[in-house]
Amino acid sequence: MSAKISVAVTVNGTPHTADVEPRLLLADFLRENLDLTGTHVGCEHGICGACTILMNGDSVRSCLTFAVQADGAEIETVESLGDIDNLSQLQEAFREHHALQCGFCTPGMLMTVTDMLRKYPLATDDDIRDGLSGNLCRCTGYQNIVRAVRSAANKRDGK
Amino acid sequence: MTPPDDISLTRPQFIGARVVRREDPRLLTGAGNYVADIKRHGMVHIAFRRSDHAHALIKNIDTSAARAVPGVVAIYTGADIARLANPYQATSRMKNYQATYIPPIATEKVRYVGEAVVAVVAESRYVAEDALAHIVIDYEPLAVLVDPEESLKPGAPKLHDDLASNILAEREFSRGEVEDAFANAAETAGGRFHFTRTTPVTIEARASVAEYDRGARALTLHCTTQIPGIVRDKLSEVFDLPGPRIRVIAPDVGGGFGGKTSLYSEEIVVCAVARDLCKPVKWVSDRMEDLMTTGNAFDEIVDAEIAVAEDGTILGVKADVIGDIGAYSIYPWTAVIEPVQVVSFLPGPYRIENYSARVRAVATNKTLTGAYRGVGRPISVFVMDRLLDMVARKIGMDPAEIRRRNLVNDDEFPYKAASGLVWDKSAFQACLREAADGIGYEELRREQTAARADGRWVGIGVASYAELTGVGSRIAVAPGMPINTGTETCTIAIDSTGSVTASFGIASQGQGMETTLAQVVAEELGVKVDDVDIVLGDTSAVSHGTGTYASRGAVFGGGAGILAAKAVRDKIVRVAGHLLEAADEDIETGNGNVWVKGTDKSMSVRDLARALYSDMGRVPKEMRDEIDNLEATKVYDPFFGTTTSACHMCLIEIDPETYKVFIRRYIVVEDCGRVINPLIADGQAHGGVAQGIGVALMEEVIHDANGQVLTASLVDYVVPSAVEVPSMDVVHVDAELPNTIGGFRGLGEGGTIGAPACIANAISDALSPFGIEIMEIPATPERIFRLVEAAKG
Repeated sequence: MSAKISVAVTVNGTPHTADVEPRLLLADFLRENLDLTGTHVGCEHGICGACTILMNGDSVRSCLTFAVQADGAEIETVESLGDIDNLSQLQEAFREHHALQCGFCTPGMLMTVTDMLRKYPLATDDDIRDGLSGNLCRCTGYQNIVRAVRSAANKRDGK
Repeated sequence: MTPPDDISLTRPQFIGARVVRREDPRLLTGAGNYVADIKRHGMVHIAFRRSDHAHALIKNIDTSAARAVPGVVAIYTGADIARLANPYQATSRMKNYQATYIPPIATEKVRYVGEAVVAVVAESRYVAEDALAHIVIDYEPLAVLVDPEESLKPGAPKLHDDLASNILAEREFSRGEVEDAFANAAETAGGRFHFTRTTPVTIEARASVAEYDRGARALTLHCTTQIPGIVRDKLSEVFDLPGPRIRVIAPDVGGGFGGKTSLYSEEIVVCAVARDLCKPVKWVSDRMEDLMTTGNAFDEIVDAEIAVAEDGTILGVKADVIGDIGAYSIYPWTAVIEPVQVVSFLPGPYRIENYSARVRAVATNKTLTGAYRGVGRPISVFVMDRLLDMVARKIGMDPAEIRRRNLVNDDEFPYKAASGLVWDKSAFQACLREAADGIGYEELRREQTAARADGRWVGIGVASYAELTGVGSRIAVAPGMPINTGTETCTIAIDSTGSVTASFGIASQGQGMETTLAQVVAEELGVKVDDVDIVLGDTSAVSHGTGTYASRGAVFGGGAGILAAKAVRDKIVRVAGHLLEAADEDIETGNGNVWVKGTDKSMSVRDLARALYSDMGRVPKEMRDEIDNLEATKVYDPFFGTTTSACHMCLIEIDPETYKVFIRRYIVVEDCGRVINPLIADGQAHGGVAQGIGVALMEEVIHDANGQVLTASLVDYVVPSAVEVPSMDVVHVDAELPNTIGGFRGLGEGGTIGAPACIANAISDALSPFGIEIMEIPATPERIFRLVEAAKG
């Protein structure tokens, strides 16, 4: 343990300041300090991708990031996407294509896909699979996730 | 009153419909409620110091420095927990079975790497983990047993001093004259098969939160379990508390696959500590703990042989199975569940009159094995379907043809398999036929010939299997087990607001049962799907229920739901008959309304509930006394269970430079009875096959000679990602429905049962020019490389 450090982050558009231990993981900061439990922790070593969030527009593992590293950053979590009564287009695509079963990997999947949809053409389904390869899902076999992302990409492209 | 348009509704209205899931909106928005999300005022956190020895005596534990860490609340050793919790073990009436006690925290001796030795309770998980480093434990190492063939030898060091040997169970099966069959065979094939150890890897690791209400003397445990009822019943004995004062809740659970079907030591510890400290206590497994302690899967060596006649008819099969079950006999399933199931299911869907098999379940210094998707059957299918391909190759017969000749035909059901299991009826032949048609088998064979001419390593795999699902009270899920896995309960209640709640003893870990069970209940009751609230995974909801495992959710939940819905509907009809002044047989229900057939007389179920419960005078006292309420509880026992079957086919190619296997095509054709929701049914097949691909090609728990787990991270234990799992076709055959209520069969495990055999056959087919047979999986690039190098000489 060591002296606490002040961090200022904007999460889903809301500014927060807090004094935290330097070792506090960003995932724990979001879940414990801010009660944003939509971000899940699956492995704490950067493999499963369940904790994926967007930091300054890039997808990052919140389990491999200290809260203090997010000082001054803009963070987006699953809670920013859509409301339970008003799902976003991507969330609707996941629902329509049965792209989730237990739902534990889903928030990380959604944030990775949000990043992919913003940045990449995703011309082929292989491109989608490559983009998803850092997020493990144990339930779906990925097939319906690929379909949902294809559908969301097509909507993005006006197809 | 306006005439209801419901009169024209056609049935089935909801069963079989592609209903999107009601679970999804909360899970897609981060609004789910998983155990790790639970917070309570004053909650403390547990971290475990775990054994780094596979087999050792605990000579001394010094926790003084750890206690001095600021924020540490308490520290418990095995002896402390033994004072707070009664010992327990997985008993069985099976002869030649030896039960082991499973200490929640090790006392005196550790038996596998990762076994809990000390629990630190602190104000935060961070502090609890800090304190672990300050605990000093003196061990006296003992001889480590990692090889089950060494462990079963007479005179081997014993893991459990009170037992006669390390062989925890032994069983033999025999039918017909096996030796004669082999003596008269035109051809035989066989060898030693090895199906390595895997682990479930749910993306949500296990977790528990326990609370003790000092005033009510009541315990509540939220945990990531598939079996809340079994956990509750055992906690009642362990803590001498009556059932109503223990409530076990499985909220949103992030995958199970069998890994969460056992009672875990940590669940006992959090409860003991919560009761001792009168504080809410939380434990969340990290991934390393999960990989070291969650019930492992499979791990069998099988020596097996097949004998066939000239025309490919199977004359006999022999098998000798050694199951490495780890350090303890897991609760409640016992050490026998996995290895005994291998020999029970080995004859598969084939006509085999002469069969002999022996199985031994052997303790070693490894993590316990338990149930994992498929339980035993992935291995039995791997062995049986590999044997068929091996012998077919010798007699020059096509793999699909040898299956067609040996699969039990439609007119032979019910068929008693050689191990004693009875296949009620199932579309064995149709699945094979439709899989071949669906994948274009003949055309693939032509493509393969052309590819081979170009020097490519291309192979086609076929595997057929049958499984018993929805197993009723006639057979225990594990032989001789003292708990009842053969029934499930559903209570349906329409309350005074007219709202419908259906409560079940089963639990959901992603199977979408809030949706499918609502479809079933709505169908039978005559209400809308959205009008039915579903309660799952809460022991306070029904008097008895065990949970979700063994592909039983649809059969048991659906069946009990239909029975209870029919009973409530009968009550609705009685009340409606009075209120609408019609004979009961003229009343119809649908979409939340009741009406008199062929008339415009109707009312809503909501209004009917108000009439019965609140508007005194509308329903006469005599009828109210008779009806009581709009509630019913029903228990469903399918007695035998029913046979799900499938055929998998695939096309693979091996990269001759990297030896990596690429799956180009995959088809599953299954007979799972009546499909409740095709969206969900297909998803179960996709996920099952994906796990089967992991088992076939990637996943392996590896221990070194000292029993250290070399695969304690997801870098070392590799599960399939989106680039390793292909898109696949899933077909549900149109076949005669089983006699279960609703006509449902289980389908949760099937994908994982068929895929390892199918892929292993395809790899063997691709490498047949080298004379290579895949006898051990996962078929990693390294293993394939070594086989090819050895074959090249």
